[in-house]
Amino acid sequence: METQSQTVMKEKSKQAIRMTGAEAVVRSLLNEGTDLIFGYPGGAIMPVYDALYGFQEELHHVLVRHEQGAVHAAQGYARVTGKVGVAIVTSGPGATNAVTGIADAMIDSTPLVVISGQVGSPLLGTDAFQETDVVGITQPITKWNYQIKRVEDIPQAFARAFYIARSGRPGPVLLDITKDAQFASLDYLYEPVKYIRSYKPVPVLDPLQIEAAAQLINLAKKPLALVGQGVVLGQAEKELMAFLEKTGIPAAWTLLGLSAMPSAHPLNIGMLGMHGNYGPNVKTNEADLIIAIGMRFDDRVTGDLKNYATNAKVIHLEIDDAEINKNVHADVPVLADVKESLPKLTEKVSKNSHQEWLNEFRACDRIEHDRIIHCELNPVEKGMTMGEVVNKVSAAVDDDAIVVTDVGQHQMMASRYFRFKQTRSVVTSGGLGTMGFGLPAAMGAKLGQPDRHVILFVGDGGFQMTIQELGTIFQTKIPVKIVLLNNNFLGMVRQWQELFFDSRYASTELINPDFQTIAKGYFIESRKVTERDDLNEAIQQMVDHDGPYLLEVVVEKEGNVFPMVPAGASVSDIRLE
Amino acid sequence: MSLKQEFTLSIFSENVVGLLNQITNVFTRRHLNIESLTTSESAIAGIHKFTIVVFSTRNEIEKVAKQIEKRIDVIKAFVLTADDIIHEEVALYKVPTASLLNGNQIETLVRQYGARILEVTPEFFVIEKTGHKKETQELFEKLDQYGVSQFTRSGRISITKTKTEMLDNYLRKLELDNHPAKN
Repeated sequence: METQSQTVMKEKSKQAIRMTGAEAVVRSLLNEGTDLIFGYPGGAIMPVYDALYGFQEELHHVLVRHEQGAVHAAQGYARVTGKVGVAIVTSGPGATNAVTGIADAMIDSTPLVVISGQVGSPLLGTDAFQETDVVGITQPITKWNYQIKRVEDIPQAFARAFYIARSGRPGPVLLDITKDAQFASLDYLYEPVKYIRSYKPVPVLDPLQIEAAAQLINLAKKPLALVGQGVVLGQAEKELMAFLEKTGIPAAWTLLGLSAMPSAHPLNIGMLGMHGNYGPNVKTNEADLIIAIGMRFDDRVTGDLKNYATNAKVIHLEIDDAEINKNVHADVPVLADVKESLPKLTEKVSKNSHQEWLNEFRACDRIEHDRIIHCELNPVEKGMTMGEVVNKVSAAVDDDAIVVTDVGQHQMMASRYFRFKQTRSVVTSGGLGTMGFGLPAAMGAKLGQPDRHVILFVGDGGFQMTIQELGTIFQTKIPVKIVLLNNNFLGMVRQWQELFFDSRYASTELINPDFQTIAKGYFIESRKVTERDDLNEAIQQMVDHDGPYLLEVVVEKEGNVFPMVPAGASVSDIRLE
Repeated sequence: MSLKQEFTLSIFSENVVGLLNQITNVFTRRHLNIESLTTSESAIAGIHKFTIVVFSTRNEIEKVAKQIEKRIDVIKAFVLTADDIIHEEVALYKVPTASLLNGNQIETLVRQYGARILEVTPEFFVIEKTGHKKETQELFEKLDQYGVSQFTRSGRISITKTKTEMLDNYLRKLELDNHPAKN
């Protein structure tokens, strides 16, 4: 029950308070429950920074070293907490530096509100100092964006921004605020937005679609479930497991669906796509029913669409109508939030088991284990493999950590060989494949889940794309554990060069700095491992260390990630070597 | 594989800055050329209407429509074909007055094509014709024999053959979906 003072407070809060636009920005963030933001100050956003100075207790600001880092950190935070991540940057270069992160959040459906300062409204369109048309630039890579020129628009714009960012299929929103709107005053009153006429975040579930889907599922002999990030975003992990356990349907996951199911679950048959597991890829064309759950049939998952799921009917459970039939025709679309549709579907399907079909996946697992996994995890050669490092780190934390990755070979190895017990344990750049994502995203993840281990796997290439964020880690004392898998190559591109470009290693070899010296410059503890015998102890040392830590592991220079579905090939043509 | 044909997209949106850009961007990304585009306030106050003509396949245009609808401020995008709509364009032709005075051929053309003369000056006169693109083009070719010094054509406007405005029905459904308790 509400106490009297709470009621009075509530009523008081309904009364407008006179304040500057800058303060209204801060109060709007607080009204949306934001307590942590990542940013970098500059001329056009200074009034907001000045207002932030007065709210340091309520709203913690992390000063990054580059605006790209601010957005990736906000992404990491959003991905592990499910809350809206917030980044704040200045106009011009500040805003353009944020663009990569915004595009990454768009394609990976991450809820963000990015606030950019803008030149004063009389200067708009005059090529003023640090003026860019950031609303124009970010229009195709935001779920919504808006330029605030009038101070009185601030509360409404923020309420819309947060509502749009977090509802339905989440995504990034950018608010561009002119400097004069920050300086001007308004009578501030905050009303959260719950409805926008032109925006339908969650479609109304059609019971006929559930009926049709249940019928197909009950008839299927070889059904295969594909689990995407929609399950995580919809917080439908339990509903997913209930559906799978009742129907006995084997389930594979996309890169962003990783950790939605526990790794050890018997119905979890592994990763889909280009570097996914052997079974889920080859069996896609044997399945008679595909049940896609909150995933979007990305080309890295499907390979050649003409030869994808050739014997299967397709049920597509999806919240975003634009994904239905976009890449793969859905015989039965189920347009709804999976949190709602999965239980309704579970109710309608018969209890079943598909043991024989499941055994076919087990047989594939054995092939993959003998040909690839065993050698990757227990190499006889002198050089260490990425897979064995990932495997040992997973064991050292009892398979319970938040894994953040950068992009490349190590990303695929981390996804393949780390084991997960709980959801929201993976932060990786999927759709955009943004090198440099990892280090700042790991900062955000650790600040979002301070009580969990946060382990970053990063390559020597991607590490150097946002290496300046070591400064943020040092200043803010963020205890991120960095596992640098160093092969002195841009490994994934080198692998493609080896396989498809006649081993012509054009601009992929890196002459690297001494990473330990760099870490030392930032007062971050580090260790470099070159011998397998030291690996276990070094990992333990990293895990036990109280504070940020860099573990550099020098791995085999020319290791490859297999299996592999070559670009443009069918999933059936997955290569084991 | 479905064949390319002419589609008319009828898009309704909130009246906000930059929306045209958002809509055309969906076409640009897919390298689809817009044949004609008109935009103005719709019959419903505060709602803007875009009419876009494009050659594409049914499959692709449905995807385009969904991606346009996905923009937050777009209310609804209808995919229509020639069978669903009545449509018109307006064309204006400037012809030297001298050619009008040499015989009655131009007068005959104006009558024959249901065109009308808007303005006459000592140097030129202006003819207006409403019709389908094929018709306005045909008149242009005929008039050009006497010298057309300027010719301009509008984008398409269209109205559906449905009994009521499709958007009204959609808005009513929206209202019910969002406020089911409301009478």
